[in-house]
Amino acid sequence: MNVDSMLSDKVKAIPPSAIRRFFDLANEMKGQVISLSIGEPDFVTPWAIREAGIYSLETGNTHYSPNQGFIELREAISHYMKRRFHIQYAPKSQVVVTVGGSEAIDIAVRAVVNPGDEVIIPEPCFVAYKNCVLMAGGVPVTIPLRAEDNFVLKPDQLRAALSPKTKMIMLGYPNNPTGAVMSREQLQDIVAVIRDLPVLVLSDELYAELTYEPASHCSIAELDGMAERTILIGGFSKAFAMTGWRIGFACGPESILAAMNKIHQYVIMSSPTTAQDAAIEALRHSHEHITPMREEYNRRRRLVVHACREMGLGCFEPLGAFYVFPDIRSTGLSSNEFCERFLQEEKVAIVPGHAFGECGEGFVRISYASSLENIREAMVRLKRFVERNSPK
Amino acid sequence: MNKKEEILSLLESNAKLSAAELAVMVGRPAAEVEKTIADLEANKTILGYNAVVNWEKTSSAPVTALIEVRVTPQRGQGFDHIAQRIFRHDQVKSCYLMSGGFDLMVIIEDKSLKDVAMFVSDKIAPLDSVLSTQTHFILKKYKMNGTEFHSKDEDNREAVVL
Repeated sequence: MNVDSMLSDKVKAIPPSAIRRFFDLANEMKGQVISLSIGEPDFVTPWAIREAGIYSLETGNTHYSPNQGFIELREAISHYMKRRFHIQYAPKSQVVVTVGGSEAIDIAVRAVVNPGDEVIIPEPCFVAYKNCVLMAGGVPVTIPLRAEDNFVLKPDQLRAALSPKTKMIMLGYPNNPTGAVMSREQLQDIVAVIRDLPVLVLSDELYAELTYEPASHCSIAELDGMAERTILIGGFSKAFAMTGWRIGFACGPESILAAMNKIHQYVIMSSPTTAQDAAIEALRHSHEHITPMREEYNRRRRLVVHACREMGLGCFEPLGAFYVFPDIRSTGLSSNEFCERFLQEEKVAIVPGHAFGECGEGFVRISYASSLENIREAMVRLKRFVERNSPK
Repeated sequence: MNKKEEILSLLESNAKLSAAELAVMVGRPAAEVEKTIADLEANKTILGYNAVVNWEKTSSAPVTALIEVRVTPQRGQGFDHIAQRIFRHDQVKSCYLMSGGFDLMVIIEDKSLKDVAMFVSDKIAPLDSVLSTQTHFILKKYKMNGTEFHSKDEDNREAVVL
């Protein structure tokens, strides 16, 4: 029997990563390079949160939780969403605790997408969106966002991508990989396009807490009439430096959340109990946990943006997440060549922009979730590399 | 935290940051940050810039002791006069007025246990207003001024995370 032929068509339809070679190279050189290629905080989870996890284990809280998550946590999430983002969700019926934001995205897509349904995905974006849609049998319709628009979705672009088959739009702001945010006004323009259409929105707001002034985070679910058609994905990974705990959540309309919970209960059962107990502590003192990290990211952000501009790389002001997405076209190198050579010649890892969609070609993602010392040194090396590769 | 306090806290954690770097980090013009620092130095808000040294890694690690001192405050001068008589010695690295069971906490560094003990018995204990002293030797430094001494600084994250 040829086992390969037994694989499902859906899995086979998932394309291999566009940066496989770069991945292999970076893995080979791990430990010898400065990595600004990592999409997770360099901070360790704040001690008070870790301690809550330890206490949870000590007291023997090692059993399953209810499928949707402990009610204490869902209540804490509901309060938090109300307090921080002015959106009201009923803890009993409109919140599901998931295994990270990733699971929430998957079950949201699977809960609403039928084979043939189109899902609009503005790119560059997190790599899971498109593949989740493919696995659900949907048809991803990508929109190439423009650097000159600071990688914000424009109403005319959305209008052009809509069709009678459109089921949902997936938005990820603050954005990985560009660091772009969308203001209330910009979101209102998007809402105006879809208000009278039967179209859902999946809003991935994992980076919501990492928004830097003068910007402030606005969820599309806050806007008039949008809560009833938006699935909001939130999490603990980025804001509380809890990536390894694997815990996130989804909020939204009752019937969709019930459908998502149906999938969740059969594939996951329930999110890790220890992580849920730690997450309750995280939300209880969210401000004091998040603020110092956000301030530190903001300082590093300014350093990287300043350094990129000084060396002549075009770079808009990214006011969210922990990424800078400079334009490297002036070097004449493709983003893959740029990153492979930069890695080999200067021992610094950054990610080619086209890993996040074809329109990311010509750009690179620099993560500033790394120590100040690493960032300073990496910028010195980047300057040297860019000077060496600039047309005379 | 205002910009001035932000600059202070950044310098407190890393005194090697240049004014130009600080300016970018806090989002203000370099000239303004330079002036802020100069003002803070002039009005003695910033008293100096120190390195955090792990002397254990050298051949001349000093002995550090924490001395609890009970004293009789003096009329009109409280504790300040006697504190000054103690902290003016070069061996005294820190000196604090405390609440609780004793009055002054004095941190002393010297070459050997004997040197510390002699210093206490020669210079502190005999002072008129000193009622008693209690010496505690520091055996191991785990963390000082916010810096952990034995932490492993390795980044064990994956090489690339999208």
